[in-house]
Amino acid sequence: MSGPGVAAEAATPAARGAAGSVAAILRARELSLVAALVVLIGVTTAVNGNFLSAQGVTDILLNTSILLLLAVGQSAVVITRNIDLSVGSVVGLVAFAVGDFYAAGGGLVPGLLLGVAVGAGCGLVNGLLVSFLRVPALVVTLGTLYVIQGVDHYIAHGRQINAVDLPPSLLHLGNGAVLGVPYLPLIAVLVMFAFGHYLRSYPSGREFYAIGSSPEAARLAGVPVRRRVLTAYLISGSLAGVGGLLWLARFGTVIADSANGWELTVVSAVVVGGVAITGGVGSVYGAALGALLLTTIGGALVVLRVNPFWEQAITGALLLLAISVDRVLALRVARLLRRRNVRHGS
Amino acid sequence: MSEAEASRPILALKGVSKSFGAVRALRDVSLELFGGEAHALAGENGAGKSTLVKTLAGVHRPDGGEILLDGEPVVFDGPAAAQAAGVAVIYQEPTLFPDLSVAENIFMGRQPRTGLRRIDRKAMRARTAALFQRLGVGLDPGQPARGLSIADQQLVEIAKALSRDARVLVMDEPTAALSGNEVARLFGVVEALREQGRAVLFISHRLDEIFELCQRVTTLRDGVRIAGEPVAGLTHEDLIRRMVGRDLGALYPGRQTAPGEVALKVERLTREGVFTDVSFEVRRGEIAALAGLVGAGRSEVARAVFGIDRFDAGKVTVNGARLPAASPTAAMAAGLALVPEDRRQQGLVMEMSIERNIGLTGLSSLRRGPVISRAAERARATDWALRLQLKFARLGDGVGVLSGGNQQKVVLAKWLATNPSVLIVDEPTRGIDVGTKAEVHRLLSELAGQGIAVLMISSDLPEVLGMADRVLVMHEGRLTAEIPRAAATEESVMAAATGRAA
Repeated sequence: MSGPGVAAEAATPAARGAAGSVAAILRARELSLVAALVVLIGVTTAVNGNFLSAQGVTDILLNTSILLLLAVGQSAVVITRNIDLSVGSVVGLVAFAVGDFYAAGGGLVPGLLLGVAVGAGCGLVNGLLVSFLRVPALVVTLGTLYVIQGVDHYIAHGRQINAVDLPPSLLHLGNGAVLGVPYLPLIAVLVMFAFGHYLRSYPSGREFYAIGSSPEAARLAGVPVRRRVLTAYLISGSLAGVGGLLWLARFGTVIADSANGWELTVVSAVVVGGVAITGGVGSVYGAALGALLLTTIGGALVVLRVNPFWEQAITGALLLLAISVDRVLALRVARLLRRRNVRHGS
Repeated sequence: MSEAEASRPILALKGVSKSFGAVRALRDVSLELFGGEAHALAGENGAGKSTLVKTLAGVHRPDGGEILLDGEPVVFDGPAAAQAAGVAVIYQEPTLFPDLSVAENIFMGRQPRTGLRRIDRKAMRARTAALFQRLGVGLDPGQPARGLSIADQQLVEIAKALSRDARVLVMDEPTAALSGNEVARLFGVVEALREQGRAVLFISHRLDEIFELCQRVTTLRDGVRIAGEPVAGLTHEDLIRRMVGRDLGALYPGRQTAPGEVALKVERLTREGVFTDVSFEVRRGEIAALAGLVGAGRSEVARAVFGIDRFDAGKVTVNGARLPAASPTAAMAAGLALVPEDRRQQGLVMEMSIERNIGLTGLSSLRRGPVISRAAERARATDWALRLQLKFARLGDGVGVLSGGNQQKVVLAKWLATNPSVLIVDEPTRGIDVGTKAEVHRLLSELAGQGIAVLMISSDLPEVLGMADRVLVMHEGRLTAEIPRAAATEESVMAAATGRAA
């Protein structure tokens, strides 16, 4: 075996170099998002120093939290080559239903459990339809988006939940802070690290990527595809439930269609954050940075006194930029691998 | 191993049947796999070999009959169940996760864990490296599977199956894309497994390999078991007769060639990092073979000539007219046709029907006013299906239901319908059964006889020697030899392909 063994060792440094640069390119997304954030914050602060005041930062963090939670859940779904468009409706339904529960005199903890359970229930329905009935995710979750919205309106019946109806401890959660850091972003970041770690370091987490990368290969490798896809939707639904609770805690006053239209913002954040819409690629950290970037842009536009109308246009442009960058990077990676193959070839 | 264990098969099929709609893929098939034995499964494409493999793998559940594991009936309700029972399968078409690293591809679903049940990446890398060492492959465990050549993908599949340390190893054409060296090494590994008492089921269209590796052979024809016997004492002809049910004439058609004027001229073609300074010509009426090891850059040259990939320097001339770079449309208009290596991915639209696939290359000629004429499409498909003796139920059926050989005929039909003057075929008989292979060979000879210039890329040496008027040999991205038919032998071609030639 000595001959080929030596050859293999000789090939390794070159191979490792190429694989290293591939990894670097893939990591570049997180870095470029951070860079974009730094530039954005720098420019905005130069124009208006208040942007980086304690209050300004707190605002951005608070505004990001819920979007970030949803983006984490959405990443889990998108990585498996699916999509969950119903999250905005779920947030609205949970916020109102739990608010109603409290208004009727429900206890704090049962209310929280109810919120997560409703979210998980919605996720379960999505997951069952997508994984077992094999209906395309886009259609299923578009359907549940409207159904859940309808249920929300039915329950609300034009009413409104007010802060006075809610337990004070819940409102404290929404607006209080520990050591100057508000609870909301703390919760969101904790969840992000938990799922980031799970997806990266646990076999079942890696199977999400496997499914998104090639469903057929995943099936042949004995990956329980349906169960994992169902889990992804449960995660997304539950986190949307948590998002609804935080929404209630933060704003106190809730009408039927809160978070209406957020599903598209969430998907944008995820894609801008480098999670491939075709599955198999990306991380929740990237998605979280995407959420932070989109929220910060919104905040910066206000500070810069730009018409908020531009926010959507800029979000759209960012999305297109992200997709173009992905494409260019993919081509570069392909070229690198080609070079490497030749070196290794024959 | 006790006597009883030695005489009892590890895994067996008893009277297994499986139908897909009206097609009876397997009928009452029995097969016994013993520890310490390599068992060959022979048969033409469409004989049911892949169905049998997928039954053992838990992908298909048999309609009738049973699977016995150590003599006990078992039900595999999915690939995971078969894997848990100690069955590892190398599928004919590599099924990898392009976005994940090679190491993750190999260990997906059963990664080595650390104390906290997390993935132990270090151990995973090390074990992958050890597997590659055993197979003599210089791949980096950390590189993504995307961009691997077919041969490398095949090697990753093999490493995956070996890593399962399975009692039964099922190999569905593992060697189709591999070079001689790689095959020899794989056989060494299989030999070692056999000595450890594992059972091996081996499928290959290369009969030599069956005779070299296996002790026993089961032959299927049209979903029925024709014979099960020891390999010793059989001849190639015996085996072919069982597979085909008739004697084949001479495997390669003899033919007189009278090369005409130059149809395809490639001058100093270079694509950075892929191939360098490649020049050759192909004349009307001749078959030129482009031989070499997998990864030598043959398919890449074909892709560049046809305009799929951009070349960095050089010139391609078809019938005296220079082709613009990177324009398959221009190449087609100039009379070039390319039958690609990977017919499922590149040659066909698997979801579309036979007639639609054949029609794809000539949509403009099928137009009646602004719309495509279904009648013209059907006429064109019928014409070519008859000429190539395509075996099909209806032209409206998806190409996915056809056997590999018939799929290849559809690809050929699709391109021949463009009336090309130069036909490039990349591995035209890869994964095709003996009978259809001979038909494809006859067809290529006829086409050359009609004055088409044929450039055939092939890793199958007997095919190269049997078919080609001239053998062009590539080695590591360069054209190293041009050998006329008379001087072409296995030795001379392999010497040039491995870079030993003067």
